Amino acid sequence: MLFFILRRSIFAVVLLLIVSAFTFVIFNALPADPAALTCGKNCRPEVIEANRERLGYDRPLIEQYGSYMKGIFTGRTYGEEGSSIHCPAPSLGYSYDRHECVTTLIASTLPVTASIALGAFVLWMGIGVGLGTLAALKRGKWQDRVATAFSVIGVSLPTFFLGLIFIMVFVIWTGILPFPRYVGLTENPFEWFMALLLPWFVLAIISAATYVRMTRNGILEVMNEEFVRLGIAKGLPRRRLIVTYVLRAALVPIVTIAGLDFAFLLGGALVTESIFNLPGLGKLTLAAVVNSDLPILVATTMVAAVFIVVANTVVDILYGYLDPRVRAK
Amino acid sequence: MSDAVASGAAVSEGLSPFRLGLARVRGNRGAVIAFWVVVFYVFVAAFAPVLVRILNIDPYALDREAINDFGLPAGPMGGISWDHPFGVEPGTGRDILGRLMYGARISLLVGAIGTFLTTVVGVTLGIVAGLRRGFVDALISRLGDVTLAFPSLLLIIALANPMTQRLESWGVPAGNTARITYIMTVLTLFGWVYMARLVRGQVLSLREREFVEAARSFGAGTGHLVFRQLLPNLWPQIIVFVSLSLPGYVALEATLSFLGVGLLAPAASWGIMLGDSVRYYRAAPTYLFIPGVTLMVLVLAFNLLGDGLRDAFDPRSDRQQL
Repeated sequence: MLFFILRRSIFAVVLLLIVSAFTFVIFNALPADPAALTCGKNCRPEVIEANRERLGYDRPLIEQYGSYMKGIFTGRTYGEEGSSIHCPAPSLGYSYDRHECVTTLIASTLPVTASIALGAFVLWMGIGVGLGTLAALKRGKWQDRVATAFSVIGVSLPTFFLGLIFIMVFVIWTGILPFPRYVGLTENPFEWFMALLLPWFVLAIISAATYVRMTRNGILEVMNEEFVRLGIAKGLPRRRLIVTYVLRAALVPIVTIAGLDFAFLLGGALVTESIFNLPGLGKLTLAAVVNSDLPILVATTMVAAVFIVVANTVVDILYGYLDPRVRAK
Repeated sequence: MSDAVASGAAVSEGLSPFRLGLARVRGNRGAVIAFWVVVFYVFVAAFAPVLVRILNIDPYALDREAINDFGLPAGPMGGISWDHPFGVEPGTGRDILGRLMYGARISLLVGAIGTFLTTVVGVTLGIVAGLRRGFVDALISRLGDVTLAFPSLLLIIALANPMTQRLESWGVPAGNTARITYIMTVLTLFGWVYMARLVRGQVLSLREREFVEAARSFGAGTGHLVFRQLLPNLWPQIIVFVSLSLPGYVALEATLSFLGVGLLAPAASWGIMLGDSVRYYRAAPTYLFIPGVTLMVLVLAFNLLGDGLRDAFDPRSDRQQL
């Protein structure tokens, strides 16, 4: 088992190195002149040249990547003595557009994105697994039809359209909720909750749709397993059979997929953050796209990739722990 | 139960699994309705230029008569009238129905070409990995792992501008041609993995089957194996996969255009219209709902059709009938 964990972790590190190298190279090699992007349209050539030297765009890409990776562990100083800018470790670059270290910017957005992701996750697992279980237990009855309809419609609703409908209905027409304005949890828990209610539900409804189906099919599949028949044969009470045997077996694959989806969401709920104007990782990325702010784009892509790879690895190890066949492979 | 009866009867008539699946889809009312809805959209998209002339609407003409001094649609319900059956766009007075028709062309084009490219690349790599095994398989599989480690949506959005400019500098016509080329390319680059994994798994098990072994013992070449022995057995899975990834691509194009990194105005993309509608929440709610529902119905129809096909073709779904 220890060997398995070690092997998976090494694979994860290699994967992250490849992803980071690719991300770095593609973002820095694609634009005609990355240095020209550090200041606006009417920029004097001297400033561009100064920035080029400061940010190291004049050096070969491999060298740039090397200093970037080193900066993550040791921090980084841009420019000469006197006019230098220092970004402490872990330094993910410096945004000329915002005049700030990228790490600082990302750190300020993470609580927002984490709040969105966590609440949505709790809701969607509740709705998805709950409705899915209900549908499986009442197969063919009206509850099953309602759950299936919910799942098909939810899958077909583009996130931004559902978000816009919610704003239209709850904010503009009925005025039940104010337009979301993000407030930190520690500042004012109530306003934090109110601001996130709509985004949570939008994400939850859309994600739950898939989970309803997965849960329903998973449970129905497990119901056909021998051990469930044995349980029925030896006269286990139905409730006990379902809760302790069927659900446990059916939920393992679902929880692991949920882990991956959650990690994906932590990388920034781009659409939701944009619609509800929440200052999270996704919003930071979108703003950087508009301003062609390369350092931010490189960093947010890498941060999101770290979430994905870490979640993948954890899920794999968990799976290996639960199912010995995976380890042997 | 009805499925078991149907398949029993079909076997006695000697139907191929493919025809059997089709017969099952025909029995699924939701899937049949969904199919005709898709046909309707395709028809409208294909004949949009003719239809707008018959209906006497122009998706690009600015109609100053239809909007009031504030730039808002004149008349109730977003300016719905005989001249403009779905109302007009606030600000410009362009006909919404006409724009929706042209928008269907963009959505279906991006969805169809994106799915086609993904499928071709995915199936090819999947078959190569499954047939060659060994080093080639390992290479393709690891490449898939790396691809899936990227936050795809984020990267698609972040790369949109620099990549489009790069494409334009390579001689792709500037503007929306370059943008569509970009969207297709990234969709393929990130989408092939799922298809390849599915096909690889199938090929790995099919290649051990007797009929493949028999073909090989007769000295069949790779071409024969792939096109005559393997592909005919892969079609059901491929069709199901295609019909379930189409709606995703249609929705993705709308999402990208909505965020401002997909197509650019004056193209009549549904996503652009929805992005635009945000500015007229209060004044013209129909401008949000009509394009939104148009998009949703198409995605819903594709999903229902895909579900129907999966239930009909996926042998696993039989087991759940128990």
